[in-house]
Amino acid sequence: MFEQKKLIVSHAPFWHIGNRVTERSYHTMLAALPAVLAGLVYYGVPTIAVVGLSVATAMLWELLINKVMKKSPTIGDGNAALIGLLLAMVLPATMPWWAVITGTFIAVVIGKQIFGGIGSNAFNPVALTVAILMVSWKDLFDFNGMLLNYDFNFAAAYPLATAKHFGAASVSSFSIGDLLLGRQTGAIGATFGLGLIIGGIYLMIRGFIRWEISLTFLAGVYVTAMLFNIADPVRFAGPGFHVFTGYTLVGAFFLATDDASSPVWFVPMLIYGAAGGIMTVLIRNIGVNIDGVILAILVINLISPLLDKIRPKALGKVM
Amino acid sequence: MLKKSFFGLVIPQFEYERLPAVLPEAEKVAASKTITLFHARNSDQNRPASIRIGDKVNTGQKISLFADDPAYVIASVSGTVSAISPHTGDFGKAYMAITIDIAETETFDDQFATLAPSPTLENALEYLAAAPGSPPLQTLADSDKPIKTIVITGVDSDLLTGTRQYITGTRLNDIKDGIRILKNITGIDRIIMVTGRDTIQGFGHIGADVKSIDTTYPAALPPLIMKNVLGEILPAGQTCEDMGVCFMSAEAAASIGRAYAGGKLPVHKVLTLITKGGDRHLIQTTIGTPIKDILNVYGVAINEEDRLVFGGPMTGSAVYSLDQPVLPDTDAILVLDRSQAAYSSDYPCINCGDCVRTCPAQIAVNMLVRFLEAGQYEQAADEYDLHSCIDCGLCSYVCVSKIPIFQYIRLAKYELDRAKTAEATDV
Repeated sequence: MFEQKKLIVSHAPFWHIGNRVTERSYHTMLAALPAVLAGLVYYGVPTIAVVGLSVATAMLWELLINKVMKKSPTIGDGNAALIGLLLAMVLPATMPWWAVITGTFIAVVIGKQIFGGIGSNAFNPVALTVAILMVSWKDLFDFNGMLLNYDFNFAAAYPLATAKHFGAASVSSFSIGDLLLGRQTGAIGATFGLGLIIGGIYLMIRGFIRWEISLTFLAGVYVTAMLFNIADPVRFAGPGFHVFTGYTLVGAFFLATDDASSPVWFVPMLIYGAAGGIMTVLIRNIGVNIDGVILAILVINLISPLLDKIRPKALGKVM
Repeated sequence: MLKKSFFGLVIPQFEYERLPAVLPEAEKVAASKTITLFHARNSDQNRPASIRIGDKVNTGQKISLFADDPAYVIASVSGTVSAISPHTGDFGKAYMAITIDIAETETFDDQFATLAPSPTLENALEYLAAAPGSPPLQTLADSDKPIKTIVITGVDSDLLTGTRQYITGTRLNDIKDGIRILKNITGIDRIIMVTGRDTIQGFGHIGADVKSIDTTYPAALPPLIMKNVLGEILPAGQTCEDMGVCFMSAEAAASIGRAYAGGKLPVHKVLTLITKGGDRHLIQTTIGTPIKDILNVYGVAINEEDRLVFGGPMTGSAVYSLDQPVLPDTDAILVLDRSQAAYSSDYPCINCGDCVRTCPAQIAVNMLVRFLEAGQYEQAADEYDLHSCIDCGLCSYVCVSKIPIFQYIRLAKYELDRAKTAEATDV
């Protein structure tokens, strides 16, 4: 027992796969970048202001609430920055600064931290924020009004609003190709369908999001929109239109897949995603709101803990 | 160490260690000056000791702390007892560490030799419970829980370890003798030998039913062997012994066979040493050899904050001293550099679900860990299947937040068990 070396005693297992929360956040942000950059191309410099302000204030709110709650700072995990980026993606490029700061406050403080921080939020912080902002300042999410001063080289009407008010024929001029390439008005990071799909596929194959949720969400939107379209082709736009407009793609890949507010078992994930897709189209087609993604995601967030009760029997469980 | 693939979608699969078809002889490592034996200790200590410092012991001599102590160790060398000190193991398990200075000439104890020609369960229980591989003779002798099936595992339950495989490959005759003797002394007819899928050939004459299992972790853990080989699902909260199944390593069976065939108690343990670089050495050493003697032979330098693990990387337990001796059930020693070992964190669960998808027992680990973190063990057991856990450690391995889930589970099981025992004794 002389010259004894101090060894570290820890518990099994002694290996770790090497995944980190930080890595998850940064890769999700990376996957969101193509869509954000496309927003920059279409909507110009104001995009930088909104994205920058959103990411920065989200992180500041997180730091502030850490200080107030006397906890060690958690901005290093990148989750606050991710929330900021995702929030900016669903805002119009001309969002006023005070609305962005209010938005990040709602997202980080009310949406996440008062529930207990990362992993404890019952609702997706971004979806919750947009819902609150929409209720509080309806005009800020009227994309036709917000983007009035832009001069686009494509149809400058918000496709979902057009489809809602003037029927399916009014949006027949939008080809799927145009929608995929972002030649439509909308939120900063929600219009460039191709970029969102590439980002989504990247996240799915890397395992950062659960493919079950994204794919069933899109399938839910597609099938429901198709049924509506078959039932009344004059009033309701086709399934392709619904999948590639509004918040559908950003919702399917970035919002519905939020870890804390979605189920983890296979069957619940399928139901969760499909329910989100179905709700989206129901709200869009027969509800008052123009886009249903945000509200649909809040509803499925709400049922997620219940869905997770549907699980296989554990090994040797007697009951 | 296995890292995750680029495609995070795919759940990682661990392959068990596979030894080459032609096995080299295990390298022999001798203890340098002393050996230490761990004698299980009960709380009642106020009895006259039957072993004292300065006593001379012979190889194969049975040592008990007290005259009527049911626990014992077998001296693995000849020499003089130089120290007796208390030692605490994992989860507060109490031992007496008996250190023996090795004498120059080895003399063998002949007590067992007189009993060897007539094997009985009683004399096996008297002399072989501390043999290499730790034969679970107490379980076999327990009349409250009659054993109907003995499963001899020729595969190692943890990764990187090749010990039982090596024994199965090289000491088949000893195992065969062991099986024959076990059948005779216990009267149990159903003996099953479990081996890896690719090494199934060549066991025709062994006298046991030979079955193969999958070669991916954790197929060799007892609950999964019960499920896949015996077709019996272990009910949550029950042990294999409750179900009438006794698990025994191939080395334990070989020890029994060798002891009765040769009339001499085996005192050499085979183990796998896994060095920092990942090199594997099969070693045969005396039970009680301090780990530093083994590390010296292989030139493994230990620095501050390194980890020494007894057992494999998934289920082993870290030790804090280089003087820790090789025990009868030490199948592997894993040396990890401070940069290699995983650290856990106090970060909360983010509900990513990786643990749920990797869990072989289909436990809702994401919910379970929330109860365990809050110390609500009863509820965790009632609602979230704590007792279904088969102790494989895969949840901790994949956890993004690096939560020590496996440790929480072990602690919860231990605490619940303690509470149960306290209730039972508190009349």
